[in-house]
Amino acid sequence: MNRCEYKLYKPTWCPGCGNYSIHTALKQALEELGLAPHEVVLSSGIGQAAKMPQYIDVNGFNGLHGRALPPAIGIRFANKNLKVIVESGDGDTYGEGGNHFIHTIRRNVDIAHFVHNNQVYGLTKGQASPTTAMGQRTTMQFDGVKLEPVNPMALALTAGAGFVARGFSGDIPHLVYLMKEAITYKGYALLDILQPCVVWNRVNTFRWYRERVYKLPEEYDYTDKKIAYEKAFEFGDRIPIGILYRVEKEIYEDKFDFIKDGEPLVDRYLDPMDAQKLMDEFI
Amino acid sequence: MDYSILVGGEAGQGMDTFGRLLERILKRCGYYVFSHSDYMSRIRGGHNFVQIRFSDRPLYGYDPKVDIIFALSDETVDIHSSKLRDNGMIICDEEIGKPRGLPHFPLRRVAQEIGNPRVYTSIGLGIILKLFGLPENLAQKVIEENFRSEIAGPNIEAMEAGYNTVETKYELEQFKDDHIILNGSEALALGAIAAGCRFYCGYPMTPSTAVMTYMSSKSDEMGIVVDQVEDEVAALNMALGASYAGVRSMTGSSGGGFALMVEALSLAGMIETPVVIVNAQRPGPATGLPTRTEQADLRFVIHAGHGEFPRMVMALRSPEDAFYQAARAFNIADKYQIPVILMLDQHLADYKMTIAPFDFSKIHIERHIAHEEDIGPEEYKRYKITEDGISPRLIPGKVKGQTVLVSSDEHDEKGHITESAKMRTDMVNKRMRKLQELKQEIQEPWLVGEENPENLIVCWGSTYGAVKEAVERLVQEGVSVGALVFGDIWPFPTGRLETLAQGAKRIIDIEQNATAQLEGIIREEALIKCSHRILKYDGRPFNCDELYTTLREEIL
Repeated sequence: MNRCEYKLYKPTWCPGCGNYSIHTALKQALEELGLAPHEVVLSSGIGQAAKMPQYIDVNGFNGLHGRALPPAIGIRFANKNLKVIVESGDGDTYGEGGNHFIHTIRRNVDIAHFVHNNQVYGLTKGQASPTTAMGQRTTMQFDGVKLEPVNPMALALTAGAGFVARGFSGDIPHLVYLMKEAITYKGYALLDILQPCVVWNRVNTFRWYRERVYKLPEEYDYTDKKIAYEKAFEFGDRIPIGILYRVEKEIYEDKFDFIKDGEPLVDRYLDPMDAQKLMDEFI
Repeated sequence: MDYSILVGGEAGQGMDTFGRLLERILKRCGYYVFSHSDYMSRIRGGHNFVQIRFSDRPLYGYDPKVDIIFALSDETVDIHSSKLRDNGMIICDEEIGKPRGLPHFPLRRVAQEIGNPRVYTSIGLGIILKLFGLPENLAQKVIEENFRSEIAGPNIEAMEAGYNTVETKYELEQFKDDHIILNGSEALALGAIAAGCRFYCGYPMTPSTAVMTYMSSKSDEMGIVVDQVEDEVAALNMALGASYAGVRSMTGSSGGGFALMVEALSLAGMIETPVVIVNAQRPGPATGLPTRTEQADLRFVIHAGHGEFPRMVMALRSPEDAFYQAARAFNIADKYQIPVILMLDQHLADYKMTIAPFDFSKIHIERHIAHEEDIGPEEYKRYKITEDGISPRLIPGKVKGQTVLVSSDEHDEKGHITESAKMRTDMVNKRMRKLQELKQEIQEPWLVGEENPENLIVCWGSTYGAVKEAVERLVQEGVSVGALVFGDIWPFPTGRLETLAQGAKRIIDIEQNATAQLEGIIREEALIKCSHRILKYDGRPFNCDELYTTLREEIL
């Protein structure tokens, strides 16, 4: 295996944060895939999860809250040779960036999307996230959350995602496997990673997840959307982790013949004189 | 010679097609053409019109008077007949003309005989061409170029039918045609493509949509990715992603969509990633008048975005200016790693005029991108502190072993988040030093009219055409008047203004907004006060006549 070095920086997450395991898993997944740091771009928004590009030496676009996906799409179009990974949290993805989430799935651009889902807002100190359970009390929702939580798995399936998976930060080898599958999947791959927030979420603790998650069995048929829907709604006493749904689909980039068959857009030689012929239609 | 033809009717009656054919035929006869359309925010019904002016000398605006009205609806006669010159003529169907005692033609009946009611306007086209003695075979050729053969046939038949109905009224000389005809949106888009823009994303919004439509129509031929995004928030963020990865990128909208881009505009400033943004203004606030014109976003775009960061704003003055300045915008964005905003408005986005073909050899692509040899073996730092504030820009993935990190948080030279007071100050200073550098290459405004005028007009952007025509008329009458027409407008160039203001008795601000935004900027940046204002905010563009009359009667 062609291993390569990924320099890590010391994260500023709280001790015990689920992000540490995701950080470790990401490095391992990239190394095991034999990708060099300069071949990878992490696009992220704002939030604890979105700090990932700060802590691992790959190319990084650490943009705005909720806006991790649009730059990733632009990057893919500019250079199809780059491996583009989006790292963001549940608020970043399903709240502020909800519209981008839906429409990025529709596009099916070749990116892997890792959502660190701790069911609470960490960076802004404990408010409800779109995935916080109804009734749960927070530092803002004093009487408990009055909204239905978003179901990311079902939402992604409905919007037409070809790869929908769920992981758990407490099982690093399994997470590395899911990350590698998502990165090598050709198209938009959603990997929602359940992760405890040790400071702000006293309900969905490490233990809470550990008691509930179970790996989908080997014989599980991830090409059946109906079954995938059933699994997507299993979020209570039992929570399945693994690839819920996976089918092959044409990626958006390949629908542009000049991208599919040509060299990356960034490498093309451009001459203003090539555009002169366009004046003909104005004569 | 200077003639104007107006065609009016309900949306969907074919005025656009008629206009496109007539403009092209007039241009091919060697005339200068200025075509301006007035349309409502609806797809069918209402009242729309196209006004086509042509002459043997260059035209820069529309004429409020017309020589021929081709009325496709009763309303057209009611609304526009007061614009008709004394010897002018209305062309209409018998259903419209008979009850009014106007000369009329059996347009509908003939169209039915030809077997296609849609060719109605081509009969009118034939009548008009014959009135001006313009060649029938040229019209036939232009129709063939514009339609599929099964549609071209009946239209040619209709045009010929009209042509044979009337006698020539105006004997005109024809000239050699060496022009192109296009609008500001097309010119801007063409300039961007020439400059190597290969990524455009946006959300449709009148009157900016034509830029995106044009780029999209050239997508396959020129290898341009055009993505219609979910919202303008995605648009600018996506354009920044493509630009970060090394491709020249552009997005555009009108004021409302630009408002949604503002957060990412600030991001562009912080991450120092070049991008070109088009704002085709329309009257606001909010939805305003969607299909009409205004220049009320100047203050907004200059100040848009939280925090402080350098940007450049260019106001486009004509289709020709739009082409060359759009291309220049990409070089400036790349050189200073800043957002550049191109300002136009519905008037400039939509009106068409004849101009000399663009000289593509004048366009140079200057990317200012760093390569492996510029960085050497040391670790690459995206935000290296330099004397001029510009850090070498590496493209991610292009140099083995080097990574590129951009951060919307305040960052150190590598791009990592920092809260150090010293680093914060150093980074602000670094970014703002680029503004000082940029000021060196800001272009002074154009001067139209007299060189050292007693009456100095200041204006910006699309009012150029009407102001130029009014000023030239006044100069001919012996009035000492000149106009400074600002193109580069932020950072604001004060040199030429300061010189001319010293000798001017009056300084007259002409703008299409209610609050004299340019005047305010002049006061702030040059400490110069204007003595008079001509402001218009009814959604309709200025024309030469009204400016001339207002200047004559109220100011001079």
